[in-house]
Amino acid sequence: MKLFKILLVCFILINISLSKAQDNDTHSKITKNLRCLVCQGQSIYDSDSEFANSVKILIEKKIKNGENEKQIYDYLKNRYGEWILYEPNFSKNTYILWILPIFIFLIGGFVIFRLFIIKKN
Amino acid sequence: MASFIGYYSLIFGLCTSLFIIFFSIKNFRNSKIFDIKIISFIFLQFFFVIVSFFSLIISFINSDFSNETVFNHSHSTIPLFYKISGTWGNHEGSLLLWLLVLTLFLFLFLLRSSTEKKQYKILTLLFQQIIIIGFFIFVIKTSNPFNFIFPAPVEGLGLNPILQDPALAIHPPILYLGYVGSSIVFSSALAATCLNCITKQWAKHIKQWILISWIFLTLGILLGSIWAYYELGWGGFWFWDPVENVSLMPWLALTTLLHCILVIEKKLVFTSWAVILSIATFTLSMCGTFLVRSGILNSVHTFANDPERGLFILVFLFSLIFLSIIIFIFFHKADNKNTVIFFWLSKETSILINNWFMMYFLAVVLIGTTYPIFLEVISSEKISIGPPFYHKLIVPFLIPFLFAMAIGPKLKWIKSDIQNKSYLVLFLIISFLLSVLIIKNLNIDFLLNSILITSAMFLFFTTLREFFTREIKNLSQNLAHFGFSLLILSILLNNIFSTEIITNLKVGESFKSKDFKINFEKIEQKDEKNFKTIIGKFNIKNINGADVVFNPELRIYNQPNIVTSEADIKTNLLSDKFITMNLVQNQDYFNIRYQIKPFMIWIWLSVLLISLGGFISLFQKRYEK
Amino acid sequence: MKNKIFTTLLIIIFFIIFLVFYKGLENSNIYSPNLNVEKSIPLFEAKILGENKKINSKDIFVENEFYLVNIWASWCVPCRDEHPFLMNLSKQKNIKIIGINYKDKNKDAIKFLKELNSPYQTVLSDFDGTIAIEWGAYGVPETFLIYDKKIIKKFIGPLNQNSLFELKKLTQ
Repeated sequence: MKLFKILLVCFILINISLSKAQDNDTHSKITKNLRCLVCQGQSIYDSDSEFANSVKILIEKKIKNGENEKQIYDYLKNRYGEWILYEPNFSKNTYILWILPIFIFLIGGFVIFRLFIIKKN
Repeated sequence: MASFIGYYSLIFGLCTSLFIIFFSIKNFRNSKIFDIKIISFIFLQFFFVIVSFFSLIISFINSDFSNETVFNHSHSTIPLFYKISGTWGNHEGSLLLWLLVLTLFLFLFLLRSSTEKKQYKILTLLFQQIIIIGFFIFVIKTSNPFNFIFPAPVEGLGLNPILQDPALAIHPPILYLGYVGSSIVFSSALAATCLNCITKQWAKHIKQWILISWIFLTLGILLGSIWAYYELGWGGFWFWDPVENVSLMPWLALTTLLHCILVIEKKLVFTSWAVILSIATFTLSMCGTFLVRSGILNSVHTFANDPERGLFILVFLFSLIFLSIIIFIFFHKADNKNTVIFFWLSKETSILINNWFMMYFLAVVLIGTTYPIFLEVISSEKISIGPPFYHKLIVPFLIPFLFAMAIGPKLKWIKSDIQNKSYLVLFLIISFLLSVLIIKNLNIDFLLNSILITSAMFLFFTTLREFFTREIKNLSQNLAHFGFSLLILSILLNNIFSTEIITNLKVGESFKSKDFKINFEKIEQKDEKNFKTIIGKFNIKNINGADVVFNPELRIYNQPNIVTSEADIKTNLLSDKFITMNLVQNQDYFNIRYQIKPFMIWIWLSVLLISLGGFISLFQKRYEK
Repeated sequence: MKNKIFTTLLIIIFFIIFLVFYKGLENSNIYSPNLNVEKSIPLFEAKILGENKKINSKDIFVENEFYLVNIWASWCVPCRDEHPFLMNLSKQKNIKIIGINYKDKNKDAIKFLKELNSPYQTVLSDFDGTIAIEWGAYGVPETFLIYDKKIIKKFIGPLNQNSLFELKKLTQ
């Protein structure tokens, strides 16, 4: 009972501070989701290459202009292809990518259920 | 001279295999006890590999540039420590490390298996020999560390500066002890399958090897993350980069196997699954080697890419998998008669749930890493799969996983009755639903975060409570689970509460925010043995008075001519303060990044706790209660 | 029976995966955005090098004319290497060469052109690199062949004898 009370208090405290700390920095969010094309496996956010810096400036301008995330991603996708985005979209090329893991999860559950749980006394 | 010895030592090592195989088959067939000669030959093989390895180290220390590998990866002005670590910081040298661990583990395994059946030992060593021979051939034919260049160059090409770091220097040996160490589990599982002796005793015997491999793999991954944090200058420690994923996958499989073995120690269920996992772990290690060294994937830390080598590993890897599948199908007898029935609310079920979720996580990482290859071959489209993919698929599933981790250990074997325990859970569920309603910000991210923190805290408190009970039933398991909860909590809190400012400053300028002021005081130049450095002197004044001095550097290495940015990080128990200074092309100001990252050190400490749990388990004599 | 189906299925999957990885090895690792699609040129505004006034892309590009857009910088070493080829092309009457000076200082750019002569009809300044991004470039030097306000061919890296030959062929 005591443990539960402590847990409850901690939980509420954390939630209160969470709502203060939520900082929607769109710029960081977008740049973390873009691949630096001249680097080997770094995001635009992390990279200091000329290309990355230019992209960061461009995104800043676009955000100031009022463009939203999707518009910015589309703009870059148009010029550089899907490769520049770190989050694969959900299109016919990637249905399997997103669905296969979930499918495996369900199969796993199914197998376990059939093999073991059914035998319950 | 050293190259000469090194090369021929490898050849001798390969030839020793012939003797080993000959005597092993002979001993297998006859009715005598295990032939001690075989162990001597195995030791001899290990000895040859060590000699070869040391020859390479000596070549590096002496900066013997007539050796092609040394020429490509070293320089006479590099500090001694990095000359030595440069030995395994390249493709050829790291393969010698593979051979070293393969032969060492085989030798130690046989030493510690004196009470096991002869046939089991022989089969295990034969399977291990197949792997060893494969690697010998791979090294000698395609990746010889002892190639000569004539005439010998005067100076080498140098070691990549980002590899000149202590954490990275010991990262490969530690990682390989884990990664490659799982080979013995692989061989042993195949041997036991052939002889149909997957028994409780086998489980007890193999458990220590699973643990040793697991501990080193955990520590190896930790070192790699720490290095990324300090060296790569962006304050991140995990990026879902293919090379990182490739070390995570065997870890996931090995952890799952560990949990499985705990069950088999007590009763014989899941045996087929345990064998599959044993095969899968090493297969994933080899698959990882293939993905990273063949040039098929684009990543931050790939080795020199060479499709010819890639082809060899591909064929080798698939031959091993094929062999394992054949053995499994032909020899494995499903133990239908031995099924022990257990109640749905029992420890067996919670381990099943663990396996289920772990396999899901493994599938996510595996699919995410290899999908681009498939897509490109089939449709010539190139896509990137990065952190957002992994986060979206893994994070939501962590929540039930953490709850299962908290409740599972409390359940009894076979059947557990629903006592006071379930009320705790019920209360907690009600409480967080209430809290969420109270705090009306129903942003999906926020909701997910808060539930995630709840589940992590739940695990945290339940495991913490165990430490204070009078008789602690399973210190090792409790430590490991506690460590895991701490890890998730630290990562979450770090993610949420980290702040960063990025600004351009000239020398003498300042940046002011509401909590602190950064003064860019001056820059100093210094000359070191193999680089020149520009040190920035920063003074950061915090609102609460404390003044801290930071000295990030820009290093210009002489060979190879690369500029790196060295962050200055001030660590304490509460948070890390992290500053980097970067050149801006063609301008006279610098780009400064200052980050405040809470709880960073707890991320490292929690992984150490997890390994400690495993370590203690090695010395525990009692069963899992 | 069930076991046999399962086994054969497993072996088939095994071979498919092997084949995919085998083919994957042959594919190059270096990504270059699709070079073959005919895209329209971007619309943008830029300052002319050394001057304060801005010019709109609509005013530069006219239909039925060949243009070569070359992204360069004074600090870029390969740009010096390709310079003679650009000078050669500038003598051709039906191509107009437009330069985009990438992330450079005005006086360095002007000095570069004075030293080596300018093949460009017009030079635009791209101080922060955002115009290069409009064109889908990611480094220097990169060159685009334009006709009818469409990008016909893109060259990544410095121009050489081969690309010169190709350009001459395409613009006869």
